[in-house]
Formats: sequence, C-alpha cells, structure tokens
Amino acid sequence: MEARVLNRDMPNHIEKGEVLVEVNNLKKYFHIGKGAILKAVDDVSFIIRKGETLGMVGESGCGKTTCGRTVIGMYGATDGEVLFKGQNVHRMNAKQRKDFTKQAQIIFQDPYASLNPRMTVGDIIAEGIDIHGMYSGKERMNRVYELLGMVGLNKEHASRFPHEFSGGQRQRIGIARALAIEPEFIVCDEPISALDVSIQAQIVNLLIKFQRELGLTYLFIAHDLSMVKHISDRVAVMYLGCMVELAESHELYRNPLHPYTRALLSAIPIPDPEVERTRKRIMLEGEVPSPINPAPGCRFRARCPYAKPVCAEQTPPLKEIDKEHFVACHLY
Amino acid sequence: MGKLLEVKNLRVSYHTYAGEVQSVRGVSFELDRGESIAIVGESGCGKTVTSKSIMGLIQTPPGEIKEGSQILFDGRDILKFSKKEWQQYRGAEVSMIFQDPMTSLNPTMKIGNQIAESLIIHRGMNKKQAFEEAVRMLELVNIPNARSRANQYPHQFSGGMRQRAMIAIALACNPKILIADEPTTALDVTIQAQIIELMKDLQKKLGTAIILITHDLGVVADIAQKVIVMYAGQIVERGNADELFYSPRHPYTWSLLKAVPRLDSEKKEDLVSIQGTPPDLIAPPKGCPFASRCKYCMQICKEQAPPVTKISDTHEASCWLHHPLAPRVDEIAVETGGGL
Repeated sequence: MEARVLNRDMPNHIEKGEVLVEVNNLKKYFHIGKGAILKAVDDVSFIIRKGETLGMVGESGCGKTTCGRTVIGMYGATDGEVLFKGQNVHRMNAKQRKDFTKQAQIIFQDPYASLNPRMTVGDIIAEGIDIHGMYSGKERMNRVYELLGMVGLNKEHASRFPHEFSGGQRQRIGIARALAIEPEFIVCDEPISALDVSIQAQIVNLLIKFQRELGLTYLFIAHDLSMVKHISDRVAVMYLGCMVELAESHELYRNPLHPYTRALLSAIPIPDPEVERTRKRIMLEGEVPSPINPAPGCRFRARCPYAKPVCAEQTPPLKEIDKEHFVACHLY
Repeated sequence: MGKLLEVKNLRVSYHTYAGEVQSVRGVSFELDRGESIAIVGESGCGKTVTSKSIMGLIQTPPGEIKEGSQILFDGRDILKFSKKEWQQYRGAEVSMIFQDPMTSLNPTMKIGNQIAESLIIHRGMNKKQAFEEAVRMLELVNIPNARSRANQYPHQFSGGMRQRAMIAIALACNPKILIADEPTTALDVTIQAQIIELMKDLQKKLGTAIILITHDLGVVADIAQKVIVMYAGQIVERGNADELFYSPRHPYTWSLLKAVPRLDSEKKEDLVSIQGTPPDLIAPPKGCPFASRCKYCMQICKEQAPPVTKISDTHEASCWLHHPLAPRVDEIAVETGGGL
C-alpha cells in the first residue's frame, strides 16, 4: 500500500499541460493454468499529457504491448485504473465506451495481420466512420479519399485489397484507419518494427506531421531506443512488467540512472565506426527471466551488477530523483 | 596467396508466375582470409540470395544462377561442383547462420547431436568424440552448464541461446567463411550486443572470415572492415567502413545513413525518408535502379546505368553524379557532415 501512496504523487507534478491519460497502479495478470500467473504488467503508474508523446521501451516480454492494450481498454485490468479525461476506461457503460473508442485509437505492429484481407481498403478505413455514423454516402467516400491523401496514398487505392500493398503502404492504411474518426489519443504499438529502414523514416515522419497538425497525443511503444528518443517527449523504460525509469527523453539518454537503462543504452550499436571502436559497453549477463511467478524484490536484480541484499527483499518504488526524472532502484 | 572467395558477375533469377524476377544482377566482390565484410540493403535487394548462392542453397527451379556467373573459393569454381564436392564444401569450408534461430534448428534433435552431426560427417569422428567436441563448442560460445545443455532440445533454449547454439553448429568444423544472415535481427538489443561480442571474439580466436548480412548500420559499424551497399540486386557502393560511414558517395547510402536517428545526437532533426519503394525486379529499370527515388536524379540516370567510379583503391560508387559533366552537389557535403 505504501507504494500506492508514493505513486499517487506523480500527477501533482503536472505543470506543462492538461493530463489526458492517467494510469494508477495498473496490473494485468494472465492465468496460464496450473496456478501459474504471468504478471505482464505489475503496478505501473504514469500520466500522458495532452499533445505529448510518451515513449515506452523495453525488451520483448517486458509488458509494453500489454500495457498499451490495457490502457486503451482492449484488455481488462486485473487491478488499478486507467483514467481517460478523468473517466475510468475499465468501468464504462456501453455508451461511454463507444464515446471513448471515438477518442482513442491504436495502430498495430504487424501491418500484415492487422488488416482484414477480405475488406477493401476503403471499407477498412471507413469502418470507424460507419460505426460512429459520422458520414455516409458521398461524404463518406470523400473522407476516405481525403485520409488516403493524408497518408500519401491515392484515391484509386480505396477499392483495392490489402494484399496488393507493401508493408509500408499497409502501415499507412493502418494509420489512416486510426485517424478516420479524428481521435485525440493514439496508441502506436511498435508501428515501425516490421518495416525496412527507409520506410520506417517515412512512417515516423508521417506520425510526427499528424501530431503537429492535429494536436494528437501518442503512447509510442517500441523496442528501438533511437527511434523512441527521436519521436518522444518523455520516455518510460519497462523491465519485466515494471516501469524502472521515466524521464524527459534527452534527460534519459544524457543521464540514465537505472542500471538496466544504462545497459540498454550502451547495447545499442551506433552507426559510426570510430565511436564503436572507442566505446566501452556495459554487457549484461544472461537473459530476461520469465515473467511467470516472479520472485519478490527488484525484477532486475539477477542481472544487475550492483544488486544488494535489500533488492531481493523489497520491490523498489518509482521515486522522483530529479525534476520529472523517476527511477525505481534501491541505489537512489 | 589468392583471395579466399571471389564472386564474379553473379546473376540469380527466380522464375515465378508473374515472370522472371532478377534478384541479383551482376554482383562481384572479394573476400580475404580472416576479413569481415558486411552486405547492407533493404529487404528484397538481393543480399540473402547472394549469400545463399555462396552456400549453394539456391533451389532450382524456381531459382537459377545465370550463365557467366562465377564463385571462386580458393581458386575453384563452386558453381561447377559435383554433389560430392558440395557436401565436402558446405559446413566444412563455409557455413551459415540464419536470421531466425527459432525455426532453423531441428526441434526433434538434441542440441548436442545437432552440433555433432557435422563433426561426424566432415571430421569422421565417432559419436562419443563428436559429442565431447560439441560440449566444447557450447562452452566456446559461452553457454553455461554445457554438458547438460547439450542433452536438451531447442525448445528448452531461449532465443539468444539458440543463436549461440547455431553459431556453435556453424563453427564446429572450423570453416574458413562464416555467413551470418541477419544474425541478430530477431533478438533483443542486450542479447544482440552479447552475440556481436561473441562473433567478434570468435573471429579473433579462430580467424574465420565473416560475411555479415544486415540492414542495421549500427551493427555494421561495430563489426565490419568492409561494407557493400546493395540496391535492387546490384552493388551501388563499396568501401571500407570508415570510407562508407564518413564519406559516402552514393545518394542511396546517404539516405540510409540519414534515415535512422542517432542515439548520441542531441539535435531533433527530421529524418530523411526515401520516397517511394524499390523497383520491381521482374522488369528492372534500364537506367540507375535508384533513379525513381533519388533526389538528385538527372535525365541520364533514367536512361543509362551509371558507370562504376573509383574513388580510392577500396572505395567505389555507381552514380552519375561522379561524372565530370555532372553538376556538383554541394548540399550533400553539408548533409553528411562534410563528407565530400
């Protein structure tokens, strides 16, 4: 309960802008049989302000995708709450929920699996418009054409099927679908990791452009730290279901505090032979342990070079060390 | 002593319903003993097909290595090998690790036996010797409790450990060339760092030449001495790592370098995105393949393939911008930080 009080402090630091999404002590557990519990998201709290991009990084299995899906209400929460404009996402009645889906959207990781192969691109994009009864007839098609133009596709593409498009084009369709109902908040769940480098830049530039023009708020989930740094205002680092560090993006890269963040940053190869020759790397031993029935204490302690006895006993709470710089580690 | 590997004018096509896809269109390069070379490019640029040709893994049909292509290994043309010669060459002289460690191991065979397999075939060891050697190989790639691990199946290994096991299999017979096809793409960054460190370490210890195929320029900067940039089945630029990263000469290389944000940069600049998509290789363009996406495209680029311009002994680029009559592109120098 103590951690709860500590985490409750966070929303008080808001100065820059209105809070759009507030996540308090969110937990998402999956029962996977034989009494085993997979703690995908375990006691995570953060806020997202209107118009900002919060980046969320971590290795596979750290719970970042589950976190994004729970925030948007695709998964029910095991415990804790997600407030969107002060309203609990998981306690909405049907009408409120429909209203919420008009304001929050998601872009998925795999552009090959996330588009219905039996629907035309026009119908895929217009599905949200139809559900919310926004436009019909000629207006509806005009809106679809407008959206296609916005993401750099042509009018003619509306009558085609997803298999006729390349990965980058499909991701553009996914973005057009998310934008169709004019949402305020978009969860971008690894939207670029399935794409080639040159195409990644196209998609990221497109997302940044829409944010500027439409005032969108993003939760940007990715494992590519350099891309997350590029797009985000603040970055949260996840490890095995817990948030270990949260800071303004330049601050995080300039002054990483958590041992995991440091190792993660140093593991990324930089495209510069001279830098690579002289750089000293922090190598982590071993691999990410299983999130099934995790032991109490700090989740990172088995791989941490600075682990102390206290790390095995208490889970470190997320504390504010510096202004807007939160870290969950017993070292601080 | 001659070159270890010489690829000369390699052309590979795949026959499909839609027509003949010209995946590799005249690729030539050389590899010295103990050298590491990286082949960089987007998906579909022919980098994997090139490496598969060296391994003799092009399935015919639908694939076809065109007349006039030559791959010389220690002076012998491997494309003229008999079945028996292939068997002696594959695994013993050249071996390969694949992108996906989840699907490239045999799920029904113990890891130790998978490593021992090639030792029994190539080195004529008996089962017991081969198993002992397999345990030693697992230790070499830093797998803890190697002896008990050798008796386990691939599903009991994590992603990073499977890739280590793959490397152990590939290096078991001490090959002269190791082809690594996107060895770290499926892995997390901290594990990627471990695997790259391991490959560098093993190269030093065993003196194996490495052909690294990747699209991650960071990995290239870390491991490669020479770099080849491929686009639409052709080599557009080649050079040693410093030349390529600090004074790239092809517009495609420029955009590749500018398309990824750098972790160590403080500025928030727009990423350079390359508009459009690579050309269709069923009917490749007659001019420069990059012309339709190139910012500096001139009339001639669309009509004639650019000649190879030699910039230094090791550095070459295929671009019309280096023709004496072409306009000087000053903008480039600014963009790449004074490369030209």
